[in-house]
Amino acid sequence: MATKHLLAVGAMSAVAALLLAGCSAGGTGGDDDEIGGEITVLTNRTDLIDTLFADYGAEFEKKYPGTTVKFEGVTNYDQDVTTRLAGGSAGDVLALPNGLTEGQIKEFFEPLGATDELAEKYRFASEYAYDGETYAISVGGVASGMVVNKRVWADAGITEPPTTPEDFLAGLQAIKASDPEVVPYYTNYKDGWPVTFFDNERAIMGDPDILEAWPEDPALWEEGKYAYIADGLLYDIVHDGLSEEDPLTTNWEQSKPDLAEGKIASMLLGSWAVPQMKAAAEDIGADPDDIAFWPFPYQTDGTFHSKIAGDRVSAISSNSSNKATAKAWLEWFIEDSGFAASQGAIPVPKDGAMPKEIEDFAATGVELVELNAAGENAGKEAEIYNIAEIDGTIYRQQLIDVARGAADGDWDSFTAELNKRWGAAQADVMG
Amino acid sequence: MKLRSVNRLTPWLYSAAALILLITFTYVPVANMIGYSFTDWDGLSSERDLVGLDNYVKVFTDPRYWQVFLVSMYYFVASFAQIAIALYFATVLSFKTRFRNFFKGVLFFPYLLNGVAVGFVFLYLFQPGGTLDTVLGFFGIQDTPHWLGDPDIANISLASTSVWRFTGLTFVLFLGAIQSIPGELYEAAEIDGANRWQQFRFIIAPGIKRIISLSFILAISGSLSVFEIPFVMTNGANGTSTFVIQTVQTAFYFQRVGLASAMAVVLLVIVLVITWIQRRIVPDEDVTLS
Repeated sequence: MATKHLLAVGAMSAVAALLLAGCSAGGTGGDDDEIGGEITVLTNRTDLIDTLFADYGAEFEKKYPGTTVKFEGVTNYDQDVTTRLAGGSAGDVLALPNGLTEGQIKEFFEPLGATDELAEKYRFASEYAYDGETYAISVGGVASGMVVNKRVWADAGITEPPTTPEDFLAGLQAIKASDPEVVPYYTNYKDGWPVTFFDNERAIMGDPDILEAWPEDPALWEEGKYAYIADGLLYDIVHDGLSEEDPLTTNWEQSKPDLAEGKIASMLLGSWAVPQMKAAAEDIGADPDDIAFWPFPYQTDGTFHSKIAGDRVSAISSNSSNKATAKAWLEWFIEDSGFAASQGAIPVPKDGAMPKEIEDFAATGVELVELNAAGENAGKEAEIYNIAEIDGTIYRQQLIDVARGAADGDWDSFTAELNKRWGAAQADVMG
Repeated sequence: MKLRSVNRLTPWLYSAAALILLITFTYVPVANMIGYSFTDWDGLSSERDLVGLDNYVKVFTDPRYWQVFLVSMYYFVASFAQIAIALYFATVLSFKTRFRNFFKGVLFFPYLLNGVAVGFVFLYLFQPGGTLDTVLGFFGIQDTPHWLGDPDIANISLASTSVWRFTGLTFVLFLGAIQSIPGELYEAAEIDGANRWQQFRFIIAPGIKRIISLSFILAISGSLSVFEIPFVMTNGANGTSTFVIQTVQTAFYFQRVGLASAMAVVLLVIVLVITWIQRRIVPDEDVTLS
């Protein structure tokens, strides 16, 4: 009997502990205006917290005595951190999870300063600017484009980046003809997110204001428009049998050594992928110099355009109880840590030197374009996509299914349906 | 008087731990979810507006939300295979079979594996040139389809994975029920000259009727709410999306938690109704064997 009572008490206190744990998610220490005390930094780079970030933390603590920087790596970043934001315990400084709307960003994050002022010293300051204030800033920029194995392309007789989608398709055909074992283009369908890079080339038209115009367009998939060109290329690649045989079993990690080795000829990603591919090449003993970075095969006025944009942006939680230290950390991280350079990324301070990869890329005649963030229409685009239930990954996977004949329809019927859904939501939001 | 009130309190005290856990982690969230389903909450912001029945109207009027129930049919059909296999093995292994404990372990083992691990294992199995193709190659079968890539076969592959994983659970349910049948009945039947089939037909089957009918309820509700295996293996692509995957996508990709809550409530109601109908058709009578 006595033991049973003990068990019951034990269970009760466990429940009490659970309930209490739910309520104790407050911050710790620190005055709001003075730099000092502890801050927690949430990051998606779980691979760096014990190495590079730990060193940065120590350096920062040395510069500002009395501060402590803690890092927390989150693997399933976007979903987990989004949930934690709503719960109010998302640390002090954090990488902004993808997919938030303007209202949500304003609610959960602290303004970092006036956009005009920030834009004088930083690139990408207008990407998350609302009502003249910037809410999140990038810690390193990337250029958009195609990662290719240039040896494989050269074996098929192509040494220069193709200038039109048709040339690109012809190039893929030539690769297939010269070696049927090579996958000319790898979609990474199963992992999903890589197909969204077909949305990431919006600079190809050479129009820096395309983001503002985007939500005003009642039909995105019409001839001559960006979505028609980019998604059309994806459709044609798959439709002509130039992508992997079974898209349902693709594997991102495996695609890196495969590209390095020349089993895959090309993937549309971004400049951030180049160091990863080169590392994979070194791991398997292939030649890292085979990896090259090409612009999207489309020219406006005879020039390639590549979008440069902030990669993961960082922001300060509005629930932070130590905002001064959080801000000091963010500024130090952007200006003094050398993080961007270590990642081969475009430095955010305007006086920072471009990394060699990007300089070489621009030297081949590619104009780097920083798109202006939407002003009046800020946040509208995401809202329309959400209401239309058009998800960048899901609809492109369906597009691939249609293109390979695994789902009903063709390019015309599929884009008509997309235009219908987008149009209805667009009318709803933009009224 | 005092003693009486303490006495009355005692059963509550004993069940308090369980009750608090049940209420905190089951009923409160469900009540919240029903509440959300009448709002346009995005899952994050502190603001949410009541929209009445709009979410439900959308779920019931847009065919996109209903088409996915066709996918559930694959899993429903597969669950018959699952019940048949489980029943067969439970019966065979309830008799004195050589290595029966070993076989019991083998059959139950898949259920112990984590669902995500199962997904990954089968992903490699179904790859072109993967394990399955290699094994079939030994038997001279060369021209195999893309098990996951071919939209006509993808759902069958996924449903088979589900059968592989859950047969063990059904098997254990059946085995437990069969073993609770008193042994004298078999002896008596044997003296009367009943063979194995007759023993199954007239002793085992009626003896475990309730468990079989329970398995059917589980099969129906299970096939309506399939999630893990297709989510891990295909993420709902290639026409393998299920209602639950669609709900998750609505909530977390499109940030329409209100709408997704309505979808979840609809699924809950459907499962409850099916269970109720099933109980009407097969009343829960007590089975007495002695």
